[in-house]
Amino acid sequence: MLRRWSTLLPLAVFAVLVAFFAWRLVLITRGDAPNMIPSVMIDKPAPGFDLPPLVLDRPGTVTADLAGQVTLINFFSSWCIPCRAEHPLLVDLMVQPAVKGKLRLVGIDYKDKPEDGRGWLSRLGNPYQAIGMDRDGRVGIDFGVYGVPESYLIDRTGHIRYKQVGPFTADDIRSKLLPLLAELSK
Amino acid sequence: MIAELGQFALIVSLFVALVQAVIPMVGATRGDRAWMDVAQPAALAQFALIATAFGALMTCYVTSDFSVLNVVQNSHTDKPMLYKISGVWGNHEGSMLLWVLILSLYGMAVSIFGGNLPPGLRARALSVQAMISCGFLLFILFTSNPFTRVDPAPLNGDGLNPLLQDPGLAFHPPFLYLGYVGFSMAFSFAIAALIEGRVDAAWARWVRPWTLVAWCALTLGIAMGSWWAYYTLGWGGWWYWDPVENASFMPWLAGTALLHSSIVVEKRDTLKAWTILLAIVTFSLSLLGTFLVRSGVLTSVHSFAADPSRGVFVLGLLVLVVGGSLILFAIRGPGLKGGGLFTPLSREGSLLLNNVLMSTAAGTVLLGTLYPLFADALDLGKVSVGAPFFNAVFIPLMVPMVMTMAIGPLMSWKRGDLAGALGRLKAAFGLTLLVLIGTWLVAGGSAGPLWAAGGLALAAWLFCGALTEWAERVRLFRGPLSETVERMIRLPRSAYGMTVAHAGVAIVIAGITGSAAWTVEKIQVMHVGDVASVAGYDLRLEGVEDGIPGPNYMILRAHFVASKAGHLVTDLYPEKRMYRQPPRPTTDAAIHTNLLGDLYAVVGDADGTGGYVTRLYFNPLVPWIFIGSVTMVIGGLVSLTDRRYRVGAPLRTARAAAAAKGRV
Repeated sequence: MLRRWSTLLPLAVFAVLVAFFAWRLVLITRGDAPNMIPSVMIDKPAPGFDLPPLVLDRPGTVTADLAGQVTLINFFSSWCIPCRAEHPLLVDLMVQPAVKGKLRLVGIDYKDKPEDGRGWLSRLGNPYQAIGMDRDGRVGIDFGVYGVPESYLIDRTGHIRYKQVGPFTADDIRSKLLPLLAELSK
Repeated sequence: MIAELGQFALIVSLFVALVQAVIPMVGATRGDRAWMDVAQPAALAQFALIATAFGALMTCYVTSDFSVLNVVQNSHTDKPMLYKISGVWGNHEGSMLLWVLILSLYGMAVSIFGGNLPPGLRARALSVQAMISCGFLLFILFTSNPFTRVDPAPLNGDGLNPLLQDPGLAFHPPFLYLGYVGFSMAFSFAIAALIEGRVDAAWARWVRPWTLVAWCALTLGIAMGSWWAYYTLGWGGWWYWDPVENASFMPWLAGTALLHSSIVVEKRDTLKAWTILLAIVTFSLSLLGTFLVRSGVLTSVHSFAADPSRGVFVLGLLVLVVGGSLILFAIRGPGLKGGGLFTPLSREGSLLLNNVLMSTAAGTVLLGTLYPLFADALDLGKVSVGAPFFNAVFIPLMVPMVMTMAIGPLMSWKRGDLAGALGRLKAAFGLTLLVLIGTWLVAGGSAGPLWAAGGLALAAWLFCGALTEWAERVRLFRGPLSETVERMIRLPRSAYGMTVAHAGVAIVIAGITGSAAWTVEKIQVMHVGDVASVAGYDLRLEGVEDGIPGPNYMILRAHFVASKAGHLVTDLYPEKRMYRQPPRPTTDAAIHTNLLGDLYAVVGDADGTGGYVTRLYFNPLVPWIFIGSVTMVIGGLVSLTDRRYRVGAPLRTARAAAAAKGRV
């Protein structure tokens, strides 16, 4: 009797897995996930944080810095391969004429060894104006970071206006980030 | 014209696959030999047709036919020929075509080499193979057609992601797929056996070589991917627990378990239901990997352009294939009665322990990979799972596993003698202690080196254990030399295979430990003429040359001269490349290896005052990770040449027996 049940077990586990996948696909089809997970944080003030600097030549980052200009907070990590793919796009983004002077890019090195994070920047270039070190991922939790990379666009009053889950693609930047930036910096 | 030919061949192959899926299965049920025998020519035809389609796509790439959308999106006339060819599978559509090509290649192999299989089993296995084929061919034709035309044709293409333009990555996918898809053989045979309701030693003997082929290819594929990451991503790491890496690692773990449990079925006629389940699970995990990578359910740099309609299709396929086979297993599984009994302390017992740990490891990786998804669905908050989680759960599972790996082979079947086995491992134990204490003393007594010493000791234990088992079997130094030599010749190749493969694992463990414990890195800004020291080496920046033209990129190349205690060791030329199409930078590390460690140099950005950011590493024992992986593959290949798996061996024996009878 026990044997019959035990052979049904794999099927049951698989059914649960399929349910999760199907749910996920429904969300993706509706345009909700995974690159646009509705964040409970949207239109809320950004959580408070105070992070030590990662590199010597750029400051760390605190909540107070957010006031007065549009900021993109980018959570990244040297151990994250999607971040590796995203990084050149951020470097390119920050030299675009439409962006220069209008957007402050803040990096948060998430659950990473500082030396690894520094090496990453020295190798790939540093597009960030300020970089904080979030070694234990505490600030990530406050923001509701789901995985790296993840980015938050914050308006002049310090409210989160957009959340990007996963790496930015060139298309995301063109069709979502830039129009929103233009609107927010009016 | 060529593209249409390919498309046509692909459509015809779908119909051939349909015939191959239905007729032999019906024939096997009815016991109609003629219907069963449709399978072999159909499998050959299927391979020929899919190969034609693949060849057509390759021709479009080689001739840069930009009227084909897939070529436009992934190729460029500037690209060197190697990457025009590898570009065929460097994208979603082309890689799916490679997937079915390899599937049909295995099908053809069964029809050519399967002459001595029971006709019913062969017909059913080939039919199951064809069903999988049908699913994927439909997937390609309806959601991912590689032959779609574009009009008007652009003058040139978009180019291939520069990270993929690398010899290591050019051959990584074919090996990976040979592995993934190779597990479909074990799967098809498992389904055929479930339908027949019979699993016996002969079945295991048939399945094992295919599993071994797939396992070797997958091991090599994963090692290649890891090696590529090591030298191109440029921070000396070689494994990142990225979802897609995990997707290839899970079938590897399950496949390794399958490899071992099928031995028990073959030798002892037990653990049958478990082995069948493993065969199903291993291939299911391969399919799951395909789903995860292509549906956009998880994000990763490896992801192909995510398309939910594709995701729905693959999920449907997954439900049919995996769900169907698990239902069959639930119905037929309880009927698979094991024959041989055994105590926990026996060869079977230790192989079972191996299985449990391997499967738990695969389950853990699955959980870690999908956990963010589950947590989000269950409103447990949004979490991320990275390397720290995997290291924390994976290592504790592997330690007992490696410890028993040395003991298991020394135990006898049915009822083993643990004290006796441990007694024979005295020398190995002594050497292990020596390594433990030696490493600890040499590396200094702090906490870090303590676990590193443990890691190296574990590697030594396994290595010596593997050699001990071999020495015991050939009675090395125990009997006269002639007897030892005689035994060495008589010892089956599979025994040698095991010794070599287990030794390979030991080498990998030593490599992992070394790289985790003693990697030295230095990051600094250097001007020409500056010297930086890393791990006893002095590296002088001789010069930096910018604007060197490559085939489709510009090179910034640094020249380092490395010396140790005043003696010249080597020149290192790390590069930073800027590709023209698409315009992206890549780094190319310069590596000098002395087999005990790698001297690794990367050049970064200019700092604007004539200096360059440089990153220098000494990565101790990292080459051992790759040497060990290749050793494991060699072990697998040696085992594959064992005479009891040799293609047609049973047939020849039968013929020889018949001939002998005739002579009498």
